[in-house]
Amino acid sequence: MEYFIELFLSGLTRGSIYALIALGYTMVYGIIQLINFAHGEIYMIGAFVALIVAGVCTIYGFAGVSVLIIAAIAAVIYASAYGYTLEKIAYRPLRGAPRLSPLISAIGMSIFLQNYVLLAQTSDFLPFPRLIPDFEFMEPVAHIIGSPELVILVTTVVTMILLTLLIKKTKVGKAMRATQQDMSMARLVGINVDRIISLTFVIGSALAAIGGVLVASYIGQVNFYIGFLAGVKAFTAAVLGGIGSIPGAVLGGLVLGLTESFAAGYVSSDYEDVFAFGLLVLILILRPAGILGKARKQKV
Amino acid sequence: MLKEFRQSLLVSIWFVFLTFPLMVVRVNTTESIVEWRWMSLVWVAVASFFLSYLWRYMLARQQAKKKVEEEGVQQLSKAQLLLEDMTFRYKAMGVLLAFSLVFPWIFDTYQSTIMISALIYVVLGLGLNISVGLAGLLDLGYVAFFAVGAYSYALINHHFDFGFWACLPVGGVLGCLFGVILGFPILRLRGDYLAIVTLGFGMIIKVVLENWNEFSFGPSGIANIDRPGLFGIDMNIDGSTTYIYYIMVAMVVFTILITMRLRNSRIGRAWIALREDEIACVAMGIDMARTKLSAYALGAFWAGMVGVLFAAKTTFINPASFTFMESAIILSIVVLGGMGSILGVILGAFILILLPEYLRAFSEYRMLAFGAAMVLMMIFRPQGIISNIRQKYEYKGLKEEADNG
Repeated sequence: MEYFIELFLSGLTRGSIYALIALGYTMVYGIIQLINFAHGEIYMIGAFVALIVAGVCTIYGFAGVSVLIIAAIAAVIYASAYGYTLEKIAYRPLRGAPRLSPLISAIGMSIFLQNYVLLAQTSDFLPFPRLIPDFEFMEPVAHIIGSPELVILVTTVVTMILLTLLIKKTKVGKAMRATQQDMSMARLVGINVDRIISLTFVIGSALAAIGGVLVASYIGQVNFYIGFLAGVKAFTAAVLGGIGSIPGAVLGGLVLGLTESFAAGYVSSDYEDVFAFGLLVLILILRPAGILGKARKQKV
Repeated sequence: MLKEFRQSLLVSIWFVFLTFPLMVVRVNTTESIVEWRWMSLVWVAVASFFLSYLWRYMLARQQAKKKVEEEGVQQLSKAQLLLEDMTFRYKAMGVLLAFSLVFPWIFDTYQSTIMISALIYVVLGLGLNISVGLAGLLDLGYVAFFAVGAYSYALINHHFDFGFWACLPVGGVLGCLFGVILGFPILRLRGDYLAIVTLGFGMIIKVVLENWNEFSFGPSGIANIDRPGLFGIDMNIDGSTTYIYYIMVAMVVFTILITMRLRNSRIGRAWIALREDEIACVAMGIDMARTKLSAYALGAFWAGMVGVLFAAKTTFINPASFTFMESAIILSIVVLGGMGSILGVILGAFILILLPEYLRAFSEYRMLAFGAAMVLMMIFRPQGIISNIRQKYEYKGLKEEADNG
């Protein structure tokens, strides 16, 4: 039973990271119907920036939780900046182009960013400093759930609540929802659609960066290639939950994380990626709209 | 003028900010060393300043061109007109074929080996061109079919000692079969889902090959695969390289012929129509699933076949040869060369494979350049280096009438 709980919690942790990244995919897809393939790379850049900032801070004598906060803020700022620039360079000129064009542009951007980090930094795995301290109150349950897991879960939940509030309660959120429903109509009622799209990219990237920092300090290493697999997994999560739907992305992330965790625990850890994609294919065949997605009728 | 200058300056400052942590700082946390590389900042500043001018100029030009196209005037450049000229085409093809036949006798084995790998990518590019270029199905796991072909030959050869020629069709058919099996459930889906599922499939194949040791010998791969035989004649390495080279040339010619015929066939037209507008296409009575499936399976067929040849050429394969990067390279060949254009894909393969081979000094920037080129190509020249000219039919009688009347 304890093994089961352990797997469940590790699946939940993993799933909440997927959910954080998947939100970026879902939001972007909801607005401009584009799979932002470079989103995983934004996550990787977030983790890398956090590593660099944390490294510099520790070397110059800072310590403890303050380093984590500084690193996380830097990662969020930089990832947002990269997301914004990415949209402006690679996607905005392609607005209105055939569907395949922005998709290929996105893949190109993903390859470009990966190799940019590879050349600017290194191809090795870099050790990520342990920034999350061990909390004392966690000691009684430490054999089941560690402090990093708790931090990840709490951060994810808080972020989700904030995001939901932003989208449901604020004026900007209203504009985002309007743009998602009908872009040209939104433009007619005076919403600056370009700015909303940029904002979507910025928010998605910031969430990915939070995910990046959490994962990096949880796993303890960073590499230029981590974004690729994480991106694909997160996209899988977004599709699972129903792409375009925000609660769907969260649910999809959790389902995917749990599936992987149990598959790795009870079957074989070598094949956990196979299970993830098998799940994706299954969902696409049985319920292409995803768990929470609504099947959209294609109209001419 | 001043406005442009200010704009470029802002872009420059923005990129300096953007690239600062990754380009300038390099930390070594284990030894507590921070390395500051300030010079790269200067490069970024200067380069982004001038590139932003170029970027704006190109975008403006693109806009102007779009406007002209909207007015309905389609201009063909001189080079395109020349390419469309049939007599020139035949002459050029003859010269190229003659050159490719004498190639191994002019250059040494090393050059032939490079040429073989370029030709392998030509066939792969043409195969992927069927699904991406013609039918508009973005396949990001194309290398998986290549792996299927290579492993089918390697395993059959290892266990049953069958030769190259017996396995060549087997590899193709197996690739095709995998294409059908994978394609069947997912081809009803929209294009972008297909991309991600094929990507996943490519990864699954690699994971399985790496971990299923009893079947595929795991990461250590399979060695001592037989080279292609020629009526039992013993050949040294030089000889068999030349032999493989000729097989490859024949295969390229075969592929070109088939894809050319396919493109102009009923099914090829159905593919192109499907790419342009799915709904209209289905409304016209084209079986969408079957048409897509055939494009997908035929694309996989070439990959499987050329995979057999790849295994025979290298005599050693392991899962590391079949990464996502390979799929990305093949995709960029198709995209850069010109989606749907056979000549473009061939040219793209030669440029993308031979250029890095001869410019070894820049080889680490290869993927960086590929990625950037894919983005830029999509923005500024979506039709690729050589655009595919759509065939048009003119009803001659009507025209004459109009001329007379």
